[in-house]
Amino acid sequence: MTIKLGVPSKGRLMDKTFDWFGSRGIGLRKAGSEREYAGEVTGLAGVELVLLSAGEIPRELAAGRLHLGVTGSDLVREKVPNWDSLLRDVNGLGFGGADLVIAVPQLWVDVDTLDDLDAAAAAFRRTHGFRLRIATKYHRLVREFLRDNGVADYQLIDSQGATEGTVKNETAEAIADITSTGETLRANGLKVLSDGLIHASQATLFKSRAADWSDDDRAAWARIEEMCGL
Amino acid sequence: MIQPDGKAAAWAEAERLTAHFRAAGALPVEADILQPADTLLDLYGEDIRARAYVTTDPLRGEMMLRPDFTVPVVQMHMSSGADPARYTYAGEVFRRQEIDPHRPVEYLQVGYEVFDGQDPAAADAEVFAVISDALSGLPLRAATGDIGILMAAVRGLRTTDARKAALLRHIWRPRRFRALLERFGGRVPAPPTRVALLEAADPMALAGADIGLRGRDEVEARIEALREDAAAAPISAEEVSLIDAILALRETVPMVLSQLRDIAMDLPAVGSAVQMLSRRSDALAARGVAVDTLEFEGSFGRTALEYYDGFVFGLYIDGRPELPPIATGGRYDALTTVLGGGRAVPAVGGVIRPGLVVSLRGGA
Repeated sequence: MTIKLGVPSKGRLMDKTFDWFGSRGIGLRKAGSEREYAGEVTGLAGVELVLLSAGEIPRELAAGRLHLGVTGSDLVREKVPNWDSLLRDVNGLGFGGADLVIAVPQLWVDVDTLDDLDAAAAAFRRTHGFRLRIATKYHRLVREFLRDNGVADYQLIDSQGATEGTVKNETAEAIADITSTGETLRANGLKVLSDGLIHASQATLFKSRAADWSDDDRAAWARIEEMCGL
Repeated sequence: MIQPDGKAAAWAEAERLTAHFRAAGALPVEADILQPADTLLDLYGEDIRARAYVTTDPLRGEMMLRPDFTVPVVQMHMSSGADPARYTYAGEVFRRQEIDPHRPVEYLQVGYEVFDGQDPAAADAEVFAVISDALSGLPLRAATGDIGILMAAVRGLRTTDARKAALLRHIWRPRRFRALLERFGGRVPAPPTRVALLEAADPMALAGADIGLRGRDEVEARIEALREDAAAAPISAEEVSLIDAILALRETVPMVLSQLRDIAMDLPAVGSAVQMLSRRSDALAARGVAVDTLEFEGSFGRTALEYYDGFVFGLYIDGRPELPPIATGGRYDALTTVLGGGRAVPAVGGVIRPGLVVSLRGGA
């Protein structure tokens, strides 16, 4: 039996994850050509590298088909209900940082807090006859955040990309999206609410509570903990 | 059709309850399982998505598996119903569970709804008594409340209409209600950014480009509203403490009535709502309900689905606080206004979960 370690299959997130494990003596790399999604592990026995989309890693961990996985902490919270009963957040890896925030047009000088957003939403609904639209792909996180903070009279509009442009295009009045520097938000005439941070995300190593852990698997995990100083 | 024992027993109990409600004068009605999502979303807001299953139809758009019968029954009554009317229904409702995997996602509900404006106190008492009678012999504990008293108290505050409207809008969101009350009462200062905005020579100076549907005029109108709010005197500490006293009520109905009569001396606006509670208490007693031991909680019903605006009640299984209530109900006049396009019909009703009745009797 081997431990299955899921790592994002491309881009900076993959490279940084490889670097992080590599500097701790665990070599991860793609097997064969660049286009293949098979992986190789050196420096440690009993671990198999599985390369897949970062967005699918939370689901695979929750189902127990991966023992370990590296993905954004935002994706785990969005995609896995009761995530902390199924997964353990082992360690933040210190890269891939991004904040999920609520942003509104810079024109809205009257809106700086969630309290303002709620009041503006009430007035907007009276004026326009429909609930204020917030574009996002993080439906669960945004809905729970707004419910916990008592914001009403809004609706979530699904936006899987170019979310910052939805306000200008008048398909939404506000957005909830991931940002690292806020640059794209500002360039699109938006600003972040002062109490609008929903989740500070980073690439994180998760351990599945749902997977089968044989004695050999536990031994391999103990070795990883030791090598990585977890 | 072959059904597991538990479900067959629940259906048999549902039929017994329906017969009980028919004997009380209710007309049996049915409702579609698939309901248009937009009506429910407009009523309950986005939160309903966490509690109801949404699906899509290529022609009809978003549909929901009915989370309850109230909305379709009200719509049916408003479009075709006679007045007064009494209805009963039985069928599955569907509830998404995002938190607790042990809670059922579908279960039977049997309801009894009264659309009768002649004597609201009597109608409240009728629904409570008919539902209690249907469950007589079971070890149940009743809790009651009255959202109408809290709403009357808020309407009676000596403050601006805008503040009252903001508080009324959040009656069903206790945390936001509390935060607003603290700020309107001057216990919590306005956020510094708001103070700075109102002190600025030109508040619009920092406004970015005109983008989006919410226009410059709407921003300016809200700044004006913020100015009016900043200029208004805080809600007095006495009035805030009266609201706190109403929310903290937790006693038998006669004790609560006596406390509310004291509160009404300082807050006369609750007077008619307190009279309503008194008449309801008499009507309950006339129907044989032991009001002297009936519990009343000032905050009861504030976290239910957002439509009760008067009498509210729940019947709980004694000694099993972890189980959901076996029956719930209340008055929802405002809902009929929203769904009736201006036409309102006083309405009160309640539902029983026959599956819980069966398990309580040890039948499943």
